[in-house]
Amino acid sequence: MADTNLFTLRIITPDRVFYEGQVSMVEFNTTEGEIGIYKKHVPMTVIVSPGILTISEEGGTKEAALHAGFAEILQDKVVILAEIVEWPEEIDKQRAEAARGRAEERLRSKTPETDILRAETALQRALARIHVIK
Amino acid sequence: MASMRDIKRRKGSIQSTQQITKAMKLVSTVKLQRAKQNAEKSRDYFRCMYETVVSILKKTQNLDHRFLKSGESGKKAVIVITSNRGLAGGYNSNVIKLVTRGHLAGEDLAIYAIGKKGKEALQKQYEIRADYSDVIEEPAYVDAMAISKTVLEAFSKGEISEIYLAYTAFKNTVVHVPTLLKLLPVEVHEEEGAGGEEQEKGGALMNFEPEDEEALNLLIPKYITSLIYGGMIEAVASENGARMQAMDSATSNAEEMIESLTLLYNRARQGSITQELTEIIAGANAIS
Repeated sequence: MADTNLFTLRIITPDRVFYEGQVSMVEFNTTEGEIGIYKKHVPMTVIVSPGILTISEEGGTKEAALHAGFAEILQDKVVILAEIVEWPEEIDKQRAEAARGRAEERLRSKTPETDILRAETALQRALARIHVIK
Repeated sequence: MASMRDIKRRKGSIQSTQQITKAMKLVSTVKLQRAKQNAEKSRDYFRCMYETVVSILKKTQNLDHRFLKSGESGKKAVIVITSNRGLAGGYNSNVIKLVTRGHLAGEDLAIYAIGKKGKEALQKQYEIRADYSDVIEEPAYVDAMAISKTVLEAFSKGEISEIYLAYTAFKNTVVHVPTLLKLLPVEVHEEEGAGGEEQEKGGALMNFEPEDEEALNLLIPKYITSLIYGGMIEAVASENGARMQAMDSATSNAEEMIESLTLLYNRARQGSITQELTEIIAGANAIS
């Protein structure tokens, strides 16, 4: 077991344990950009920004849409505390498309009272959802 | 002695009350099971959240951050979680007492009410800033996010200086503890020592990306949200636990009353039979 390149990944949300298992790599978006984590990463805490979460298990990869939360990275363990995370089958495609339309519309018709930051995160979220189902 | 008919009527009404309390007890037992499961499922999340916030605060001990000190304005905000319905024993009044008689007594408070009972009891005395009573029926994380956003905005604007959370912590089915928790400024308490040891064992020191102050800006709202959500979930479990207990004792009280009324009724019936017999015999004697 000593030379295996697997580490423990736990993804916890406020109302369930979303994922728990041995993985070789996990990738997601942070506020500082995309990161991929292998075993023996430097201990670090990062803040998640909306994007695609890719889990590489021994048997293959899994994808999910990860929207908000933060992750604690230790050498042999990664814990992602996710406020919102969804498997592809849980995503409502029509709703995501509609949300993308709304966010794009809001960004285009910029008025002084538009909350740009909010519209941008909404767009990011919608894009992540749409990408994951494809 | 009351007449037979009166006793019978009284017994009937107690019996129907008992049926209601029995049904309510069953309903809250089922709800309690579900609420308990929810509370257990989310416990992991809160523990991790707490540990992370503690470790980041330890690292940044002398940081001068807006979330770590009280604001200038004297007003303190309290988020009060109670239930929308009564008949839960002392559940609601215990939380309210905590606010009105605890160490916040006599201060100028702004109340963010979750639950009608708390709102009704506190609105005479304090200013109700917002009412989120519908949320407690089915607590969802998004609701907690909305509430924490509102209070944090008020905090950032300087409208309130400190934020407290009053709720009922759920220890187990029979023990519920009304709790007043300070949300902001963030305080690190008792478990500090244990957390420190663990970190040293882990070897390397935790790094934060983005930098400490930025990370705090992003983490603390999440931390507050998770505490509010946790408070709501535990409050729902406690509410149903308290109602279950209250209804259980009401049912057994009704049982006792019915028993003594049955005794009374039988005695009255026997009395009337004896009286009738005496009258008949006396009548027969008079004729012969």
